[in-house]
Amino acid sequence: MNALMREWQRFTPAERIGRWAAYFIIVLALIWALRGIEIIPEFLADAPEQMLDLLARMWPPHLGHYHPAVHEALVETLHIASLGTLFSFIFAVPLALMAARNICPYAWLNTLAQLALVTSRSVNSLVWALIFVAIFGPGAAAGTFAIAFRSIGFVGKLLAEALEEISPGPQEALRATGAPDSHVILKGVWPQISPAFWGVALFRWDINIRESAVLGLVGAGGIGVVLDDAINFFQWDRVATILLAILGIVILAEILVTKLRARLI
Amino acid sequence: MTVSGLRLRAFPPNWGARTAFVALAVYAAYAFAQLDITAGRLAVGMGEAGRFLGRMWPPNFTRWELLLEGLLESLQIAVIASALGILLALPLGLMAARNLAPWPLALVTRGFIAFCRSLHYVIVAILFVKAIGFGALAGVAALTIASMGFIAKLFAEAIEEISMKQVEAIRATGAGLGAVLIYGVLPQVASRFVGFSLYQLDSNLRNSTLVGIVGAGGIGGTLFAAFKRFDYDFVAAILLAIIALIFVAEVISSRIRALLR
Amino acid sequence: MMQGLVIRDLVKEYVPGKPVLRGIKLTIEAQGITAVIGPSGTGKSTLLRCINRLVEPTQGEIRLNGEDLVPLKGHALRMARRRIGMVFQEYNLVERLSVMENVLSGRLGYVSFWRAWLRRYAEEDIARAFELLEAVGLPEQATRRADALSGGQRQRVGIARALMQRPELLLADEPTSSLDPRTAIEIMELMTGLSTSARVPLIVNIHNVDLARRFAQRIIGMAGGEIVFDGPPEHLEASHLRQIYGGEDWL
Repeated sequence: MNALMREWQRFTPAERIGRWAAYFIIVLALIWALRGIEIIPEFLADAPEQMLDLLARMWPPHLGHYHPAVHEALVETLHIASLGTLFSFIFAVPLALMAARNICPYAWLNTLAQLALVTSRSVNSLVWALIFVAIFGPGAAAGTFAIAFRSIGFVGKLLAEALEEISPGPQEALRATGAPDSHVILKGVWPQISPAFWGVALFRWDINIRESAVLGLVGAGGIGVVLDDAINFFQWDRVATILLAILGIVILAEILVTKLRARLI
Repeated sequence: MTVSGLRLRAFPPNWGARTAFVALAVYAAYAFAQLDITAGRLAVGMGEAGRFLGRMWPPNFTRWELLLEGLLESLQIAVIASALGILLALPLGLMAARNLAPWPLALVTRGFIAFCRSLHYVIVAILFVKAIGFGALAGVAALTIASMGFIAKLFAEAIEEISMKQVEAIRATGAGLGAVLIYGVLPQVASRFVGFSLYQLDSNLRNSTLVGIVGAGGIGGTLFAAFKRFDYDFVAAILLAIIALIFVAEVISSRIRALLR
Repeated sequence: MMQGLVIRDLVKEYVPGKPVLRGIKLTIEAQGITAVIGPSGTGKSTLLRCINRLVEPTQGEIRLNGEDLVPLKGHALRMARRRIGMVFQEYNLVERLSVMENVLSGRLGYVSFWRAWLRRYAEEDIARAFELLEAVGLPEQATRRADALSGGQRQRVGIARALMQRPELLLADEPTSSLDPRTAIEIMELMTGLSTSARVPLIVNIHNVDLARRFAQRIIGMAGGEIVFDGPPEHLEASHLRQIYGGEDWL
């Protein structure tokens, strides 16, 4: 055998065709998007300049604006996020129990619960906020409900998954003692998922802090309202203060959640 | 102490947990009062919700051209923002990986990535709208920043988990920095990077349907306008279309992910 | 110009004040097989890694065919590294690349970035890679992924990769420690055979004294960061081994 005659190629022909097809689709999608999208060349050309100009007008932030209006709005944002999270559990826990196939034996209930959870998740919290502003009128109530309704799907899905992973042994043992279903859930199921439960709660609370900061842009209360006003009145030093406040609360929440989670697990 | 003096308790009270529960309940009551959410208001809301839902039905698809136009623009925003975000995330992720980059560089890059991630994309979008005007460009810019931050963070974490032995071996052959990255690092993280990118494309699609609410292009603008005009049957049509689009995208991306595995 | 490897007063401290290598002096001819023996943690690995500068020496001089490697930086360091092949204890193959790509990665010090990226290697490089794969007994495995191979097969690929560099010096850091006894002997036979026929001096760290005696022409015993024995295998006595490894129950 003559070693010099051997050829080496990195991919088999099928792999190569697959790769080229993937690249082709990606390039095609990009070309389609770039040609179709309406980007005004003048806007694109002076975008960096405009951005720098905006940042220059924001600097230095006027921290005097923080008290009292921004502070109150920030506290309201915290309330919206926390209450929304708490509130979501009222619906999410029963839905999760119904969706978990090892807890709820009725297939039609499983499907129904899954459908409710999917619906909740498919609608973004900002859209939920629009809906609840239409129902309750502008204000923090709409924001709280928006956060709650968006969180139901998220929390419910994760809880249902945690429930489906628990070991059936303890439940069997309790049922064998003649305990009713409610007791089986309390003593056979709850101890197994309580770490997951608190983990999910903290995780969602952290996300909700971020989300509730923007709800005010559609009138659903919180710091977003103050931000929207400041932007509409072109008070850029005030905008900078508000952005810093949001940044601060988001970072604080993340640190708090990390600490708490380390203690819980 | 005698044995009888020892108080054996089957259930020692967990004071920490009890206090936490009481505190949560008190907080909830306080916060409800602060936000002025009362039973009366909820009852009024229920009635309103009924009327709202009534006006949503049946969904009105007569302006389907407007709807399609908005959806396509959202899709275009998502594609461009994902591509840009992925391209920018590659070098950022490398620079933020503490096992490859010198620590001052890694520190600065990490700070930048954290900054990109902490501001909600809608807030970034509103700033871009104010700076560079209404339209899809602002949406693309905002989502690019969000994607860049998200992928760069995960990419850096993936790089920090690679086996340095393989990198060492490539380095020992006398390979330059570029070749070390391509032979020693990339093969170890490529499949995860593709996974992150797909996931980000998926979530960009969701987010691109929203940035229009603040004027940054896509279907969100149409949705917001319909809300303002109390055109609730058109709102229902738009919402159904968005949910359908997201659902289809999720199915496709999970297929691709299964294919790659 | 002095051929071969000359090490003078080599000191390495990972933590200041706690040297791992305490002034190593060593001259190795441009041919032959040298085994370095000694207990774990005595600096054998550090010594080898100082030679191709995967570890930065604290002070001293390392001359390969006349050129001092210690002050080299950047491009010059890479040019020096590509002259030195290395075989690793845990093979250190890039697991998600094919066998062929791993072998060809021995040429990375020679090809441009773009050629490396697009895998555009010269015809003769690919031909040589096939020859080497044949020489190490893996002629049909070129397109398999490295993580699909057994330990012995992986080490064969590691040897092929090192020889692909056409090195002037071959280093092997515990090449047999992760292998079963029979495979260990096969790998040692292969490595010593190939390095002898290519006339490349080989320095191998090994803690199996029998393997060292069997394959090396010269044995260097290290203890506590210093060289305590240097001579042909037949001069290595029990007393030396006691000095190197301490105690005597194990003998």
